[in-house]
Amino acid sequence: MTNDKSQMTNYMENQKPIVHRKDLHWWEMFYIPQIIGGMKITLTQVFRPKFTRQYPEEKWNPPPSFRGRPVLVEQNGVERCVACGLCSRVCPSLAIDVQASETELSKERYPVKFEINMLRCIFCGFCEEVCPEEAIVMSKEFELTFTHQADGIFGKDKLLIPVEKLKDRLEFLRKMR
Amino acid sequence: MELLITVIKIVAVMGVMLGCVAYVVLLERRLSAAIQNRIGPNRVGWQGLLQPIADVVKLIMKEDIVPTKANRFLHDLAPLISIGVAMTTFAIIPFGNRISLFGYDIKLQIADVNIGILYILALTSLGVYGLTLSGWSSNSKYPLLGCIRSSAQMISYELSMGVSIIGIIMMTESLKLDKIVEMQAGWHWNIILQPIGFITFLVASFAETNRLPFDLPEAEPELVAGFHTEYSGMKFGLFYLAEYSNMFVASALITTLYLGGWQVPFVHSLGLSDFWISIVQVFGFFVKIVLMVAFFIIIRWTIPRFRYDQLMNLGWKFMLPIAILNVLITGLVILLI
Ligand code: SF4
Ligand code: SF4
Repeated sequence: MTNDKSQMTNYMENQKPIVHRKDLHWWEMFYIPQIIGGMKITLTQVFRPKFTRQYPEEKWNPPPSFRGRPVLVEQNGVERCVACGLCSRVCPSLAIDVQASETELSKERYPVKFEINMLRCIFCGFCEEVCPEEAIVMSKEFELTFTHQADGIFGKDKLLIPVEKLKDRLEFLRKMR
Repeated sequence: MELLITVIKIVAVMGVMLGCVAYVVLLERRLSAAIQNRIGPNRVGWQGLLQPIADVVKLIMKEDIVPTKANRFLHDLAPLISIGVAMTTFAIIPFGNRISLFGYDIKLQIADVNIGILYILALTSLGVYGLTLSGWSSNSKYPLLGCIRSSAQMISYELSMGVSIIGIIMMTESLKLDKIVEMQAGWHWNIILQPIGFITFLVASFAETNRLPFDLPEAEPELVAGFHTEYSGMKFGLFYLAEYSNMFVASALITTLYLGGWQVPFVHSLGLSDFWISIVQVFGFFVKIVLMVAFFIIIRWTIPRFRYDQLMNLGWKFMLPIAILNVLITGLVILLI
């Protein structure tokens, strides 16, 4: 019991005392000039430029490194894709469904069906990285809303984007490789 | 006829006050947004002017949830006490001089109670019951902590609030609020004659309205939402409304007691007719209130919350002695002059 008590006093002695700052001017002790100074800072913030973007009206243009929804590159009216199936194989969320077929063109193979389930896609960009033909790239589009689950599966009609519109991303990819 | 005029005055003041309180909420949201370099609500109506209406509609539509084992009766009663107290205080605040309309000489004050200030002090003390009962009846720990804090805080600050008013009462020799306003004609505002009393009263009214830096009853980081954690729907809305009405009433009270009430300096030298002078005075009163409310909001975003022991230290060891000192100095000055 006595031991406890001595420990207790010891503990209290070891505690640092509350610091009363003695070097303050008596005027500063009043705290009122400090409050007025603080209010001046808060008030000047009112007139500083705002950070908010008024979103639906003011759109954001993402930098080329942005990973928006994956799209297929369309060159001379046909997709570059040769339906090798690598993207569908690498996709961690199993979002891509490719079905190959033959064609008269020099690339010999093309996808009859190319579907990306946008409800599954996690925008990792693996498909773009693995594609041997630079046929699938991440675009700048980030506004993906649908009212029905079936609308979330994007077929070739929605995926094909002309190469001119994807210049930024293609250049970025070549530079970073 | 007297009765009809009074009823009209009550309806008008209630309407104006509710409208003002709704827009005080919007002002707070926009101003705090501006202080934090944001824009704030600006979608509902032009620049968000219909936001209060949208808020109220949302609150009314919400489900009213009462925790199990809560005391249903007290749980319902608490917000009513809060809002009732907040609304009735405005009854005796003079918002203008006399005005003659349609041949009647109308006094711009709902009730001219001759114990004026005592009435206000009594009512604001009743406001503690709203908070305490809400915390106690919720059967939940955070509201309980909030209500214990609020009762201790309100009681300690009520004291310095009352004592700081004594200086004014000694100078006016009346408890009537309209007498106090009449005393402050021209530039004889009490803020100049009673600067110490003004500061103590200001700090005490911050504590009484539970605004930052004294918002311990609802300290968000510690107590979730304090005394109204278990409230939802319109009952929460009533607490919310009560908080802002309290702020509005406190601003009105500070204006009446220290900032000259409806007195507008040099208004008589403008050469207006009596009717227009009254209008200008009412307008001046509202401008002063709005500036005071803006002051409340700016302070909220400037000063961090006090710790509980600091709050009590400030109240008992600093504010009360200063307020008493103020009474002594005022007495001495009155004796000597
Ligand atoms: S990896 Fe490229 S070429 Fe192969 S199937 Fe996918 S998109 Fe087509
Ligand atoms: S971005 Fe990733 S998840 Fe989306 S389709 Fe490509 S590989 Fe699959």
